[in-house]
Amino acid sequence: MNPFITLNATAVPLRAENVDTDQIIPARFLTAVTKAGMGEGLFAAWRYLPDGQPTPDFVLNQPQYAGAKILIAGRNFGSGSSREHAVWALTEYGFRAVISPGFADIFYNNALKNGLLPVSLPEDIVHMLLDLVEEQPQTHILIDLPAQTVILPDGQQANFDIDPYRKQCLLEGLDDLSYLLAQGPAISAYEQAHPMPWA
Amino acid sequence: MTPPTTSPRTLFAKVWDAHVVQQDAGAPAMLYIDAHLIHEVTSPQAFAMLRQRGLSVRRPDRTFATMDHAIPTRPVDISLWPDDAATQVRTLRQNCHDFGITLFDIEGPVQGIVHVVGPEMGITQPGMTVVCGDSHTSTHGAFGALAFGIGTSEVGHVLASQTLLQYKPKTFAIHVEGQLGPGVTAKDIILAIIARIGAGGGRGHVFEYRGSAIRSLNMANRMTICNMSIEGGARAGMIAPDETTFAWLRGRPYAPQGKDWNKAVAYWRTLPTDADATFDRELTLDANALEPMVTYGTNPGQGVAITGTIPTPDVLTDLAERRSLLSAMDYMGLQPGQKMAGQPIDIVFIGSCTNSRIEDLRAAADIVRGKHVADNVWGIVVPGSKIIKAQAEAEGLDHIFSEAGFEWRRCSMCLAMNDDKAAAGSYVASTSNRNFRGRQGPGSRTLLMSPIMAAAAALHGRLVDVREML
Repeated sequence: MNPFITLNATAVPLRAENVDTDQIIPARFLTAVTKAGMGEGLFAAWRYLPDGQPTPDFVLNQPQYAGAKILIAGRNFGSGSSREHAVWALTEYGFRAVISPGFADIFYNNALKNGLLPVSLPEDIVHMLLDLVEEQPQTHILIDLPAQTVILPDGQQANFDIDPYRKQCLLEGLDDLSYLLAQGPAISAYEQAHPMPWA
Repeated sequence: MTPPTTSPRTLFAKVWDAHVVQQDAGAPAMLYIDAHLIHEVTSPQAFAMLRQRGLSVRRPDRTFATMDHAIPTRPVDISLWPDDAATQVRTLRQNCHDFGITLFDIEGPVQGIVHVVGPEMGITQPGMTVVCGDSHTSTHGAFGALAFGIGTSEVGHVLASQTLLQYKPKTFAIHVEGQLGPGVTAKDIILAIIARIGAGGGRGHVFEYRGSAIRSLNMANRMTICNMSIEGGARAGMIAPDETTFAWLRGRPYAPQGKDWNKAVAYWRTLPTDADATFDRELTLDANALEPMVTYGTNPGQGVAITGTIPTPDVLTDLAERRSLLSAMDYMGLQPGQKMAGQPIDIVFIGSCTNSRIEDLRAAADIVRGKHVADNVWGIVVPGSKIIKAQAEAEGLDHIFSEAGFEWRRCSMCLAMNDDKAAAGSYVASTSNRNFRGRQGPGSRTLLMSPIMAAAAALHGRLVDVREML
């Protein structure tokens, strides 16, 4: 996993609530047995017209947002399906962080396992950020994970929560599996003591 | 002084506590997984990771696979399938073969929707932890298991270690007291709950459905309710195991047998929430007051009673909810303030992991028996597994549906992964679980409801209150 320490980048405003993972990547793009190529399906229904041409007024297709690495969206982002493909699509497209008033639980977990930082901020601040990057698309937003702050060019800042374990994993680019596999003896002991829940 | 282990605990806490392998300070709990269900769409990248890192599957005996997402409606012969679906299915076969995992194959007698097959085979049992790379894993909570959906990275973690790192969710008791009226079903209970709390209302929580209305439900209905816990944003949903649960499980292939059965039941009886246990949040619904529900919007929280009307923006004080409503109306081609009864529909889909069990099919068949779908309606019925299909055919349900003009078929409009897609702009009266934009085909418009409401809609070509037909 790529470590995440700080990110200073422009942002895309996606002014919608309850952006479910079917919107992030529709099921018809889930037919691969690898992770590659998911970026193409990102927000497919919004991004492409039925004939496959880009939808001109969709925010990702607007030239002023090219190269953005931060996505800003309304509440309950990533609801619905557990498909990790949604995170793979966002990261392959180039996003490294999503800012929202709140994330669906499974999406939040999936994001952290792929070095995509989900930043929860109060709704009024998220709406202020949406207004700001709509008006000034070139605004660079600094996300400082060690300090757990989001900083705007004028010095305004907001703090966000992340638990210490997940933060450390992101900072060092570690995944859970190395930790889990190191606990082999504890797992074996558990299995001996509990062959089945009722046994 | 009372030791902490004897303080009153919830069903959730009992199952959670029994599965914590290790809890390091400052780290999430390491939770042991009793049953891991896998399917062809969210597992291939996890197996690829195992191969890449030279790892094996720790408990192939606790891992069960079926194929249920990418399966085409037709043809049956895999050599005629689209390449990508065939590749996913063949990859799962290869992975199960190489790692020694039991597979309920599409060509065998047991294949079906993973959340139908797990319980059907007795793999899902009270007090277990059950995971699957599918958000509707919450279904298995109907047995008093702690069951939740995971991403593909976590599928890999469970394959390799049989454990997961998890933060302890909060608890949310949902009491449904009283008795459902005729024509009001489990689907209406869960749609009413989600309409009340909103699509993200349960985030970070595990629901426990309680109360007299829940206790009186059969297992199929309990599964319908737990299935949609995720649509309320919850991590999982659980119902305490009782005699109904035990009777349903007894004798199933993977259920404990003989002396083990008695031992298991004795343990399962200890699982229900203790009398004085407390929950982080609570909600009470009056079952007597519930009516058949339908959704009008693009998330499952946007639902009303069939006798009701779509809200108007002025009644929504929350600006985000208001914007969400207007945007949903635009997509759905519906009007704020509009009555739901009478709304024309084009397609009826009876199936999915929410409502494709034999009880669902019998209930829908009772509505359509001797009648016929409206001229303009395409009706589809999909049994949730091959076992259910065989049972339904033995009971003659397939004939009832066929004579009524429904197509009796396999894998269809759950998530628009195969060729069965609703056309852009068409309205689907669906017993599935998600009314997201494009969920049943690009531009399609889904109205969620119970099997009997969907059956009634098929006969009339528009939404009707099924209670008028009883």
